[in-house]
Parts: sequence; C-alpha cells; structure tokens
Amino acid sequence: MDDSTSLPPSHGFGATGETHAEHHHEAGHEHEHHELGFWRKYIFSTDHKVIGIQYGLCGLVFLFLGFTLMMMMRWQLAYPGQPLPLIGKFLPLIFGANSMPDGKMTPEFYNSLGAMHGTIMIFLGVVPLAFAAFGNFVVPLQIGAPDMTFPKVNAASFWAFAVGGAIMLISFFVPGGAAKGGWTSYTPLSDISDKGPGFNLIFNGQSLWLIGFIFLITSSLLGAVNFITTIIQLRAKGLTWMRLPFFVWAQFVTAFLLLLAFPPLEAAIIMQLMDRTAATSFFLPAGMIVNGAPLHISGGGSPLLWQHLFWFLGHPEVYVLILPAFGIVGEILANNSRKPLWGYKSLVFSVLVIGFLSFIVWAHHMWLTGMGSTVSAFFQTTTLLISIPSVIILSAFFISLWGGSIRFNVPMLWVTAFLPMFGIGGLTGIPLAFNSADLYLHDTYYVIAHFHYIVAPGTIFGLFAGIYYWYPKATGRMMSEFWGKVHFWPSLICMNVIFLPMFLQGMLGMHRRWYDGGQGWTLAGEHIWGLSGFQWNTPISWAAWIMGLAQIPFIINFFWSIKHGKKVNDNPWEATTLEWTAPNRPPHGNFVTTPVAYRGPYEYSLPGRDKDFTMQNEPVDPSERSRKTSEPALVH
Amino acid sequence: MEIPYTISTRPDTGLWNAKIGIWLFLASEVMLFGGLFSAYVFLRLDAQPGEWPHGLLNVPIGTMNTAVLILSSVTVVLAWAALKMRRYNAYWWYMLATISCGIIFLFVKLYFEWPQKFSHYGVFIKPAAREKYEQYLGNHRRDEKGLEPRIEITGHLENHEALTDPNVKEYEIALDPVNADPDNPSNDRPHFIPLPATDKVAKIEKADVERMDSFGPWHSAYFASYFTITGLHGAHVLGGVLVFLYMWLPVSKKVYQRNPEHLANRVEVAGLFWHFVDLIWIFVFPLFYLL
Amino acid sequence: MNNPPDIAQDPAEHEEYAHGVHQHVSRYLIVGAILLFFTLLTVALSYVDFGGFFAWLFHIHISPATSGKLNIAVALIVAAFKVSLVALIFMHLAAEKRLIYRVLIFTGFFVLGLFWLTYLAWYDPITR
Repeated sequence: MDDSTSLPPSHGFGATGETHAEHHHEAGHEHEHHELGFWRKYIFSTDHKVIGIQYGLCGLVFLFLGFTLMMMMRWQLAYPGQPLPLIGKFLPLIFGANSMPDGKMTPEFYNSLGAMHGTIMIFLGVVPLAFAAFGNFVVPLQIGAPDMTFPKVNAASFWAFAVGGAIMLISFFVPGGAAKGGWTSYTPLSDISDKGPGFNLIFNGQSLWLIGFIFLITSSLLGAVNFITTIIQLRAKGLTWMRLPFFVWAQFVTAFLLLLAFPPLEAAIIMQLMDRTAATSFFLPAGMIVNGAPLHISGGGSPLLWQHLFWFLGHPEVYVLILPAFGIVGEILANNSRKPLWGYKSLVFSVLVIGFLSFIVWAHHMWLTGMGSTVSAFFQTTTLLISIPSVIILSAFFISLWGGSIRFNVPMLWVTAFLPMFGIGGLTGIPLAFNSADLYLHDTYYVIAHFHYIVAPGTIFGLFAGIYYWYPKATGRMMSEFWGKVHFWPSLICMNVIFLPMFLQGMLGMHRRWYDGGQGWTLAGEHIWGLSGFQWNTPISWAAWIMGLAQIPFIINFFWSIKHGKKVNDNPWEATTLEWTAPNRPPHGNFVTTPVAYRGPYEYSLPGRDKDFTMQNEPVDPSERSRKTSEPALVH
Repeated sequence: MEIPYTISTRPDTGLWNAKIGIWLFLASEVMLFGGLFSAYVFLRLDAQPGEWPHGLLNVPIGTMNTAVLILSSVTVVLAWAALKMRRYNAYWWYMLATISCGIIFLFVKLYFEWPQKFSHYGVFIKPAAREKYEQYLGNHRRDEKGLEPRIEITGHLENHEALTDPNVKEYEIALDPVNADPDNPSNDRPHFIPLPATDKVAKIEKADVERMDSFGPWHSAYFASYFTITGLHGAHVLGGVLVFLYMWLPVSKKVYQRNPEHLANRVEVAGLFWHFVDLIWIFVFPLFYLL
Repeated sequence: MNNPPDIAQDPAEHEEYAHGVHQHVSRYLIVGAILLFFTLLTVALSYVDFGGFFAWLFHIHISPATSGKLNIAVALIVAAFKVSLVALIFMHLAAEKRLIYRVLIFTGFFVLGLFWLTYLAWYDPITR
C-alpha cells in the first residue's frame, strides 16, 4: 500500500509549488518549491482532482464513442442492407474490408458494434465518469480531505483503466474485429468465437476483450479500496457519518459493490481466458459440435457457471451505475429547492439496503436458463424487495421538491428530468422481475427500453447535471446557461422518442439482437399507432442521430467555458457542503484552512438567518442551540 | 501536503490507512478466490460418475510445499515482530528466509510439479468399448463394491508418433499401477507415495478412444481448475516475493532509519497479504491433492 | 496489531512496548508448529477409510460414496481450523478493530451467498 507520502520529498511522492499556506511554513522548508513539469502535473499526476478530471474526460470520450457505435447500428436497423450514406465508404478503411463492404454492414460487424457498445458504455463510459471521475474530484473535497489516502494507488487505478480502454479499442483493429458475443459474453458462444484459422490465439477480439477487462477490474478494485479508506479515515473533524453529504454515502456503497462484486467476474474472466488459450473446458459441456465437427475438448464444464459468475457482478453493476447518479441528484435537488433533502436518514439507509440486496438478486437475469422453482422463487422475492428502497429514494426526492423555492438552472433541469425518467425505467422493470412475465419479454426490445431508461435518461442525465454543477469548482467559471438549455431540451425529447417505442416493439416480441431490425419477422408487421413494429425503427433511429447532434452544444460549451465562461466566486450555487469552502480550482492539498464541520449537510433556509444557506463549517451559535435545531437536516 | 494517519492511527477507528486498505483488498481477494472455488464446487458436483479424477497429484511434494508456505508465514510474522523490537538484523534474516521459502515454493511448482504432469497421458475409453479393456479398468469388481467406474487408462505414452500419424492405429501406454493391476483393492484409494508407471504396456485402438490428452489443463475440469487456481495462487506468491524483496533491499533500511514504525507497518501490510496467500493454499492443498 | 496513536519516543516506554511483542513470538512459533502438525494430520486422515471405520464401529453399511464425503468433511474441518489459526494469530484478527470485523462479516456473507446460491441453482434445475 502506498503510505510513503509522509516521507520527505526525496522519497515521497512529490513537492509542489501549490502546497497551501499552512504547510508551507510547517514542512515547507524541506520541499523543493519548483513547479511540477507539465507531465507530472497534468498527465502522471497523483492529485485526486487531476485524476478525477482525467477519468472524466476519458469517460466522456468513451461515452460519445459508444454512442457513435450505436448510431451506426441504428442505420442498419432502420434501413437494413442499404449502404450507409456519406461515411459508409470510409468505414472499411478503418475497420477492415470485412466490416462494411460497399458501405453495407456485415452481420459480424453488427455484432461487434453491439457487444462493444454495451462494454464501452458501461465499463469505459459510465463507471469511470460516475464513480471514478465524480468520486475522485468531489468526495475528498466534500469530506474535507487533502487528497485520497493512497494517491499513487489512485494514479495506478487511472492508468490501469487507460490500458484497459486502449486494449478494448485496439481489439477493433485485429483480424476478425472486436468481440461479438454481446456485452455479457455468454458461453459457450464466446468460448469458441474468434478462434481457429485466421485468428491469433491472443490478438483476437474476444481474448482482447477479456484481457482488457482484467485491467478494468484492477482499476475498479484499486479505486474502490482507495475510496472506502478515504471516506473512513480522512473525514474532516466533526464530519460524523450522519453529517456526510448524500453523494458521499452513495459513493461509499458503490465502492463496496465494486470491491466485492467485481472479483467473481474476474475469476470468470480468467476461466474464460483459460478456455480460449489453454483449452480448458470451464464453460464447455461435453459433446459440443461446431461447424459440423465435434470439438476436441474435455467437456465437463457448464455454460450456466459463466452466467452465475457474470451476473453476480452484473446486477450489483447496475447499482454501480445508478447510485452515484442518485448522489448527484440528491446534492443538486437540495441545493436548488433551497430546503433540506427530505428524509436524509431514510435515503442513507435505503442506499445501504440496496447495496446489500443487490448481491442476492442476480439470477433474475437467468429465468430462461432452466432454474427450478425454488431458486426462481428466492430470486423473485429478493428482486421485488429491492424495489422498496428504490421507491423510498425516488419518493424522498419528489417530496424534497414540495414547498421549495425551486431554481430551474441547467443542473436542476437535468435533475428534474431524471426523476420521471428513472421512474419509468424502474417501474417497467417490475414485469421483468416476475418469472412468468419475463419468459415472454426476455431478450426483447422491452428489456432494452427498460434498462436504457435507467441508464441513459437516468444515470447519464444525472451525470450531465453533475458536470454543469461542479464545473465552476474545477475551472472557476460557469458553463453557459443558454447552450446548456439547447443541450438539455433536444436530449430529453430524443431520449423519449428513442426508448418509448421500444417498449411497444418489445411487447410485439421483437428480439434485441436481430441484425435486420425485425424486417424478416411476420409479427413485426403488426401496426401500433400507425407504424409497424419494424417501421418504428425509423423514427427511433432519426431521434438517435438528432440526439447525437444535440451533444455538439455541450462539447462546445464544455471547452469554450474553460477560458470564456462567466467567472464566479467559490460558492456560486450558494451551497452548504464543504467542497464549496475550498477555493475554485483547488490547489494541491485542497483547503486553505483545514475544514471542521459543525452541522449537517443540507442546512438551507434555516429560520432566523440572514441568508438561506448555512455552510457545514459555520459554527453553531448559542441562540441556535437553545432552539434545539442543532441538526435541522434531520428534523422535518 | 501530508496525508493524515499514514503511520499513526485515527482516534475514532483506531487504525492507520494502509491497514484498512489491505483488509479491503483482501476482502476482494476472498471474493476472487471464492468465485474460483465456487466454480470448483459447481463443476465437481456436475461431474458424471468417474469423471472427476483422484490421486493424480504428488502428495509428498504437495505436503512439503504446504510446509514451506506455513514456515514462511511464521518467518514473516517474526520479521515483523523483530522490527517492532527494533532488531533490524533479525528482521533481515527472517525476511531472507521468507523470500527463500517463496522462491522454493515457486520453483517446486514450476520446475517439478507442473512439467511432470505434461508427460503423463490419460486415454478415455468410449463407453461401448470399456468391456474390451476390462483387464485394465477393473470395472466389474468396482461395480460390485459400489465404486465409481474407471473411464480412462493412464500412463506414459510409448509411441509418440501416434499423436500425429494417422496411420498408427494404436496408442501404446506404459500403464500406471492403477491400470496395470486394476482389481487390487489397494489401488482403490490413491497412494501416498506416487508409484511410477509399470513396464506393462497396453495397446489401445484409436477407434475405441473417445479422447486422449496429457495431464494439462485440457485434460478435465479437475485439471482445469487445478492449473487455474494454482497458477493464480502462484502469481500471488510471486507478487508477495517481489514486495518482500523490495522491503529486504537496502532501500528499505533508509525507511527504517527514518522511522522504524513506517517499515514495520509496511511489513505488516505485506505480511497480511502473505498470510492470506498461505490461507488460500491451506484450502487448495486438500481440495486438489487429497480429495 | 496497531500502534498506539503516538509512537513512543521515550526509549523506556518503547522497551515496555517491545516486551509485549516479545511475548507474542513464542506464540507464533507454537502456532507454526500446530499448523505443520495439522498439515501432516490432514494428509494422514485422507488415507483413512472412514466408511469402513464407522461401519465396523456401529455395524452399519456405509457406501463408498458416503465414505468419500466423510473424508471431504474431515479435510475441510481441519483446513477450516488451520485457516482460523492463521487468521486469528498471524493476521492478528483475534484482537482487531471493530471496523475490520464489519468489513469481513459482510464479505463472508457474500462469499457464502455465492457458494450457497450457486449450489442451489445446481441442485434445483428444471432440466439437466
């Protein structure tokens, strides 16, 4: 473990010109006072804020990349077999001649795009952004810490992520293209795909997917260890557990999910890699026949084993995606309704219960695999139980709005959109929790619509809100309100045009992995609201492309505002939590004076105060104490 | 800038940072090996009668390696105690002992145990042809006694050209004692000292063979889990050895001179990892070698 | 073992502290010897035919399959004992802080869940 930071600079991890005043005088005489070079300061930094921003930028790039893959697939779904206009001719130059001959997408390439869309969006986009980027940048500031407990481990975590991401990208360019087995990589298919003549043993799509994953898991584990230790050990004086901002709680539980759920998948990935390279049969039953010839394998393995281990991660992973978004939403909601978050304690306990239950619901992804009724009944029950804390959280958020004087600034717009969108996503999940209903809906577009409502207009809206909200802390400037709204409204509308019709398609029974978008399937010809199941692909695809365009204002706004945004003070949103007591663009070590917390996280509109927010580091004065409102955040 | 509680403890938790960090890491390691062991259980339960091999590993060597790891666990905790008592020289020797134990363990594994397996072959007989090879399998007697049937004939391959040349119609196997004398009850249970292959050679027609493989990971679900779990465990041993090496080198003496507690903490953290690796092996040993 | 919040600067005080550690050393040696002994024991026990032994003792019939299961149970009990010694003494879990116990209890729960539910899923399929 890295604990060398207490050493003098010859051995420690670094001196910097930006060490804050207090330490200048204390330990400063030993530090060398030169500015770190560009590479140490911005690229190989161990500062949690820089690492957070690195994660954030990479995450955003990967999100857009994953979305681009999907935009290509949407062409094939809406206009199957037709050449992709404009860029279709150039894509074979990038992805190889077998990807899109004459601009027409081959089935293999379509499968690659589908698998990599899921992988990139979840493991390279949302997790790094939601957990690593926001967690790294915000959590130490919110708990009043100078940095993470293990800064070098933190940097190692980012670089493991970068290597994993690079391997995933490289896999597009090896012979045969990237992994094709879906983001779930179900065996035996992914054990035997990308293998045989023309494929390298290691440098093929599926094997690289597995190797890349080992790096990503390592990254998450290092991050999770660091986050938990930081939250436990480096909380500022007076910042007790029940005074932690809700976002910190969400990150704390998320870190535990990553810590304990990822390793079984790592085990499974090692086993699949053994299957592919060392000819083991962990996931292969005896008597497999491929292309008419029996495979020379020992057999004795079980495809179900992969599914168990995969979903043991897979389900907690869903909560890894949504919990940080909950945290962001909670912060912004309290800030912009100018009143304490309603039911802080219930929120905290709900998050803890979600974290706990999420480990014992995984087999609801496997209703179709032939599990018996005892197992099904168990997992059905736990799955329905987990909806209770989720509903408590969403209800508490809605009630927090009640009677507030709401400011509809850009972060708040995203948050208010988050609430109903997540509601739709959550409620449409209930039919899938029931074994009997899921037998019909499984693997249809209904499932796609359900989880995208949670992850896309849910999590990603939460992440956009967070970016607009904490941008001033990172840069000292605001992002443009106007262009923020230009970004928001088309995104909201397009999201719904994309995903609402998918519920209908799913209920028709359209399968999620069809290459031709259901064109060849009779029942897809049935008309709903004037369009057949297949024809609905067209408006969905157009909405997806328009949504792609709608991200351009965001990109421009994001970079333009770094230099030209409106300059703001340290607390532009008039918020209460500790990160707003640090100077904008906090220096190495974060705080000018070590913060001390005297009160709960959301003391807005405290009676008898001249301003409507009371920051956590403002001491409680005697008059307050006599009114017995020392912890008003918990009193409603 | 200094991170608080790197050496001294935080009052309300009573712990220093790296102590929490390593325990969290070990928690994730528990889940990692838990996933592998649950796979082992799943596959073993799933195996058809006779499919799960027994007694194919070298027990005396495994026992010795277990003892080596336990010994290294003792020396590393003594090394830590020596640091606490500010006896650097004792620490240095205990650390050297620990590192040596780790290297011996790896050496035995990589240069002795694993290669020995690859030269051994198992021939799986098709169910219909098992009667024909009854003299090597001894299933009549096993049926009567209620034992699982034997489905493979093991030993050393005499004619290696049979592996590649389609014109050679038979495998010639120098039989292991189990197949040389299948009706001897002493062969019903694995032997403690592994007996070498006999000079009795069996000829097995390729047409009767379902599958023929050396004792590599491809041989069976058993060897697949054996190589995967011991391989991953070996990687952990290697990692531990490298960390200890760093703490043993003169670089770390400087840390000791600056603040002995700092080095003691590092050794404790690395030691916790090392004990965990030992702990995994304590399960690996009976699960693969003895049962 | 955790350091006192402040490392004793006073040599006399440190002597006292080091003396405490010194007493542990003999304990570590004893535990090491016990572990080695149980390693040999578990090897020996794995060659004992428990089925035959109990059949002789209680005049009952025990199938070879059950006998094998008895061997597995015995080996796992011995392994569990050895592991708890390593964890409690070498890893100092016998006297650790509450926080560590909490983390490990959670982990233990999830590991057991992984084993138990995977077993359940194997045990109760619709088709095999």
